[in-house]
Amino acid sequence: MGIIEKVSGPLVVAKDMLGSNMYDVVKVGKANLIGEIIQLKGESAVIQVYEDTTGLTPGEPVESTGMPLSVKLGPGLLGNIYDGIQRPLKSLERKSGAFIGRGIAADPLDAKRKWKFVHNKDVRNGSEVREGDILGHVQETDFIKHHILVPNGVKGKVRHLASGEFTVDDVIAEIQDGKAVHRMTLSQHRSVRKAMRVRRKFRADEPLITGQRIIDTLFPVAKGGTASIPGPFGAGKTVMQQSVAKYADSDIVVYIGCGERGNEMTDVLTEFPELKDPKTGRPLMERTVLIANTSNMPVAAREASIYTGITIAEYYRDMGYNVAIMADSTSRWAEAMREISARLEEMPGEEGYPAYLPKRLAEYYERSGKVENLNGTTGSVTIIGAVSPPGGDISEPVSQGTLRVVKTFWSLDAALAGSRHFPAINWLSSYSLYTDALEYWYEKNVGKEFTDGRKEAMRLLQREAELKDIVQLVGEDALPDAEKMLLEIGRMLREDYLRQSAFDDVDAYSGLRKQDAMLRTMLHFARAADEAVKNGASVSAITGMKARAEISRMKGVKDGEIEAAAKRIVGLADAEFAALSKELDSGAAGEKEMAKGKK
Amino acid sequence: MKLDIKYNTIESVAGPLVVVGKVKSAAYNEIVRIRLGSGEERLGQVLETTDQHAVVQVFEPTNGIDVKNTSVSFLGETFTVRASEDMLGRVFDGQGRPKDGSGMILKGEKRDINGEPINPASRAMPSDFIETGISTIDGLNTLVRGQKLPLFSGSGLPHNELTAQITRQAKVKGSNESFAVVFAGIGITYDDAEYFIGEFRKTGAMKRTVSFINLADDPSIERIITPRLALTTAEHLAYDRGMHVLVILNDMTNYAEALRELSSAREEVPGRRGYPGYMYTDFAGIYERAGILKGKKGSITQLNVVTMPSDDVTHPIPDLTGYITEGQMFLSRELFNKGIYPPINPLGSLSRLMNNGIGKGKTREDHRGVADQLYGAYARAQDAKALSSIVGVEALSESDRRYLTFGNEFEGRFVRQGPYETREIEQTLSIGWDLLSELPENELTRIKEEYVKRYYGKKGAKEKEGKKSERQ
Repeated sequence: MGIIEKVSGPLVVAKDMLGSNMYDVVKVGKANLIGEIIQLKGESAVIQVYEDTTGLTPGEPVESTGMPLSVKLGPGLLGNIYDGIQRPLKSLERKSGAFIGRGIAADPLDAKRKWKFVHNKDVRNGSEVREGDILGHVQETDFIKHHILVPNGVKGKVRHLASGEFTVDDVIAEIQDGKAVHRMTLSQHRSVRKAMRVRRKFRADEPLITGQRIIDTLFPVAKGGTASIPGPFGAGKTVMQQSVAKYADSDIVVYIGCGERGNEMTDVLTEFPELKDPKTGRPLMERTVLIANTSNMPVAAREASIYTGITIAEYYRDMGYNVAIMADSTSRWAEAMREISARLEEMPGEEGYPAYLPKRLAEYYERSGKVENLNGTTGSVTIIGAVSPPGGDISEPVSQGTLRVVKTFWSLDAALAGSRHFPAINWLSSYSLYTDALEYWYEKNVGKEFTDGRKEAMRLLQREAELKDIVQLVGEDALPDAEKMLLEIGRMLREDYLRQSAFDDVDAYSGLRKQDAMLRTMLHFARAADEAVKNGASVSAITGMKARAEISRMKGVKDGEIEAAAKRIVGLADAEFAALSKELDSGAAGEKEMAKGKK
Repeated sequence: MKLDIKYNTIESVAGPLVVVGKVKSAAYNEIVRIRLGSGEERLGQVLETTDQHAVVQVFEPTNGIDVKNTSVSFLGETFTVRASEDMLGRVFDGQGRPKDGSGMILKGEKRDINGEPINPASRAMPSDFIETGISTIDGLNTLVRGQKLPLFSGSGLPHNELTAQITRQAKVKGSNESFAVVFAGIGITYDDAEYFIGEFRKTGAMKRTVSFINLADDPSIERIITPRLALTTAEHLAYDRGMHVLVILNDMTNYAEALRELSSAREEVPGRRGYPGYMYTDFAGIYERAGILKGKKGSITQLNVVTMPSDDVTHPIPDLTGYITEGQMFLSRELFNKGIYPPINPLGSLSRLMNNGIGKGKTREDHRGVADQLYGAYARAQDAKALSSIVGVEALSESDRRYLTFGNEFEGRFVRQGPYETREIEQTLSIGWDLLSELPENELTRIKEEYVKRYYGKKGAKEKEGKKSERQ
């Protein structure tokens, strides 16, 4: 037992701490505040405290729990909302009301609820098992079978294997390893700061379908991949993250509100139970775990929240699920590190951030991947991180450290957001390094026309940008008609394809079939328009077409009706272009006649 | 309670910080009373405590404090305020002492001014539309109850007038629930303070208002506590008394500068432009105290003035504010110079909670679409304007010229309104439709087709406007 020597903000120095380890969790003061040892100096320990330290006084006791910071994993995680150190916020509410009191402990998993445990057919008394092996399962939700895994560092012979109804703390089996006996329950603890071991990592070969056109079509992220969304405030980071959390075709979503607004978490909490998972039709909340450590909650717990989230994600991956984890925002996490680092009086690196910031960022993103787990199942963790660069300038350390390790970059643009072009992802500066790896998948599952169309669309958009630069100098009227038409086509792709409303019931989610049909129709129109203009049609005659107006309403067509709509619009466009060319021909013929008459 | 021990062991005084030696057990954040040789008393707070000394931040100037005659006692509690309904109609200084000549507040429970973080699971989603009667706010950046929305302004821009107008006109439709205003003047001038108090008296809002005034020449360290006093009072009125409270914090830039002053006195590693690295977290401790709680009647809505140093929105103060608040109102010097009041530039403004407060049953079914279309069109008008300044209006395409006209009309008819003019939301939307009806119908792609059919080209608003001006 130690004694407090010094208190400065969330940092406490305690003496007489000999025997405690680095990163042990400790209880600080009479109020039993939770903290973690982050530095040892002789007999003194420096502790970061996860709660407000007001009122702590030198001389108060400090007690080590002898355990590293860990999370409790087991059935009941799904649908729950936790703070940064996995205290369930709903239990805290019952204990201390609407405001979070201090020194409150709460069990992360419902200790009373009973789950029906069915053991694995291959596992019986006497079986040899190792860490990661599946002992059996619990049906956690209608769609998620929660596999009960042998915890880290445990191996041996199974005995007293039971089946039936158990709470998360009841013993369901014992594993004998020599003389040691490990008691298995439906839950286990895992240290958060260490990645779980896997057999091997695979190359990414399947996209995470998000239902967002600009992402799925132009800048896809792979299942097991990494993506980053940097952007100034108001550019739509949070809406983007939430859209992906809602519509991504992963089995499990872990959503971390890291140092952001309380109302955003409320938004998720009110919306997700009502929204349906597009894959299973069940409420979204049933596949979601929320970690909420909002900006006004203690900063040290914010630092921990990222690790708590990723450890839960890895746990479900180990069962063989595809997990997507979103962190909004990793900049607040980095700032928490900076704050702790400054109080430790460490030598600051760039912009006051600790020198180990890039390493921590890389370590976090490296916990992603499509992997073969120790038990032979395949699962993935996809990491999507928002970054909030000061002033929107991504030359700062957090953005740069992130961009060095992530493979997809969705670059949010303040100018687009200002004109309410959402998602405000800039199509010129964003990139995805997965497009080549995923091309085979897209060809097989959507079609060659789509992958070709994607490239064509990208070319058109780039060409439009070049032309716009010229227009800035000479004005649009100075351009030849073919180029004026290209500007209109660029506008069509931007306004009617890339723009997507997260708040419209139909438009919010756009399946791959719909994306394919829309893109096909637009490019068909674009080619016909290009042809017509070359034959002398006026740009305004083409932009005034009914088919053009119909195209702009395609985003409001439901996924199931899109093929029919696309067919109809293509037909309409063909008819209108045919009529136009007839008009031009007869006009030209008429002129010839007139010329003849004059002669 | 601690024994009242007086320490005569001041070791050093530097700026607002006093280090007291031989103190074994001062509690972190505890309040300290400093008694000068002359008998004068000042308050401070423990910033750092060890088993040998305590670092104390003094809320008032440290002149007159000496090493020999000054004594320090630790009060064993944090900074508190007695919050009660008796405070309505009263004016206090930046530390919560009466400034209006009336007596101390004796009623009410003592509350820690730092508050505790609201449990995210206990919040209710803000969704009641507040009608401010100002078109650019109601129409494009709708405010809802429980929101925190700053005014990003600059020196010399009319943010005070606008704040006063919003306070005067804001109401929730069809509601006569009890409301209150809590005003915190943080480092404002005497004139500005008088202006607000005068406005409150003139409109009869005074008896529903609690004011805390820290003037520009009051101690800057006091500014750290002024907004917290205001919010603690607001929390009592909202959550214990069921009132809908509008909190005005004016001006957060002065607050941030006090924070920087304190940080540099503590010799901390500075962050951007010398502001402390924890400024985001510190701001959040203030802004996040807005909201609505499940099962409680009241609400706290925040309207914060932030004057951007040299109109720079990337300056750390507006930048960090924008990352926490639920949008921002952006005052534009360009519009102001054109003589347009209120000079709210829609393109830099945003209300993140707008979608919760608008639509059928709240405002009108076409509200979202109209707002998006007006935005898009105005943004295009700005592009056209930029282009015309290079190539001349003649070189613009016909379509660009149309948008250029739209832009001017939009500023003149939609944005511009009188400081005492209240427009109902229907009127705001009608003006919007009047402007949009000047654009080709097939370019209104951001509005649902059925609403375009219903409202496009209907000249409702103009007539109404006409009638109104006749009456006037």
